[in-house]
Amino acid sequence: MTDPLLIAGTSLLSRIFVGTAGYPSQQMLLDCLEASGAEIVTVSIRRISLEGYAESLVDLLGGRYRLLPNTAGCATVRDAVLTAELAREALNTEWLKLELIGDRETLYPDVEQLVRAAEELVRSGFTVLPYCNEDPVTCQKLADVGCAAVMPLGSLIGSGMGIANPAAIELICSRSPVPVVLDAGIGTASDAALAMELGCDAVLVNTAIAKSHDPLRMAGAMRAGVEGGRLARLAGRIPKRRFAEPSSPQLGLVGT
Amino acid sequence: MTRVRINGVEEEVAVMTVAELLVARGVDPAARFLAIAVNGIVVRRSEWPSRPLSPGDDVEIVRPFSGG
Repeated sequence: MTDPLLIAGTSLLSRIFVGTAGYPSQQMLLDCLEASGAEIVTVSIRRISLEGYAESLVDLLGGRYRLLPNTAGCATVRDAVLTAELAREALNTEWLKLELIGDRETLYPDVEQLVRAAEELVRSGFTVLPYCNEDPVTCQKLADVGCAAVMPLGSLIGSGMGIANPAAIELICSRSPVPVVLDAGIGTASDAALAMELGCDAVLVNTAIAKSHDPLRMAGAMRAGVEGGRLARLAGRIPKRRFAEPSSPQLGLVGT
Repeated sequence: MTRVRINGVEEEVAVMTVAELLVARGVDPAARFLAIAVNGIVVRRSEWPSRPLSPGDDVEIVRPFSGG
């Protein structure tokens, strides 16, 4: 059974996006991407070192993945838009993970600037996937200005705290006119499964894999978690009850 | 000599164009996945050989890096 995810007219078979930062080695990064089954992987855009220029990470990825450049670390609309334009030029892609950070300590998005930057970038032809607060109103505003998906945070970037507000994520998923990709906070495979069960269309994972004791095994676990969660979502969970409901037949009990 | 800002650092350079600047800094202008902006505007690769550098220009030279 195929269950493609459609974002901006592009059909994806994998529902896990994987970040490329912080792995123990480049070979481990490549192995983890392979094990995760990801089709979309994120990269940042940074100034080159003028002391010693080395070939790009992109050469290493070898054209096997769809690269999603981010604007990580940008704190103003101006810097985010310029970084986006540089990313488009460097990678020849219109796709962009838009990050506009309002607070260095928590890396919470600056919602007001985020919506403005998203609107400007959509007008410039970008396919914008914004990292945003887990707030249905913000997500709606981002969809309204033409974002191709929304990427609400589960909890703080790199925190591994999982999905701090599952009810909000579920609400966003139930209302969003565009795909919802849970971004940030995933700590282990059950967090990824929960995101999918709540109705997310995909998840983005980086630190939970890269900083795991065994990244390769965790990459496989995340893949399985996402697939399990997606299947469970499609199947539909049973309602929760306050009391027991026997699963074995109640007739023909021995001794009655 | 022209005083410009390259990736946030003020420098005197003895080059005329963006492409010459790359060569002078040991960066192969044919290297893939590079992008350059001058004064906040992206300069397309095809324009690197002809784009002059003026005193006070703010040059950003970037490439993809690992990221989440």
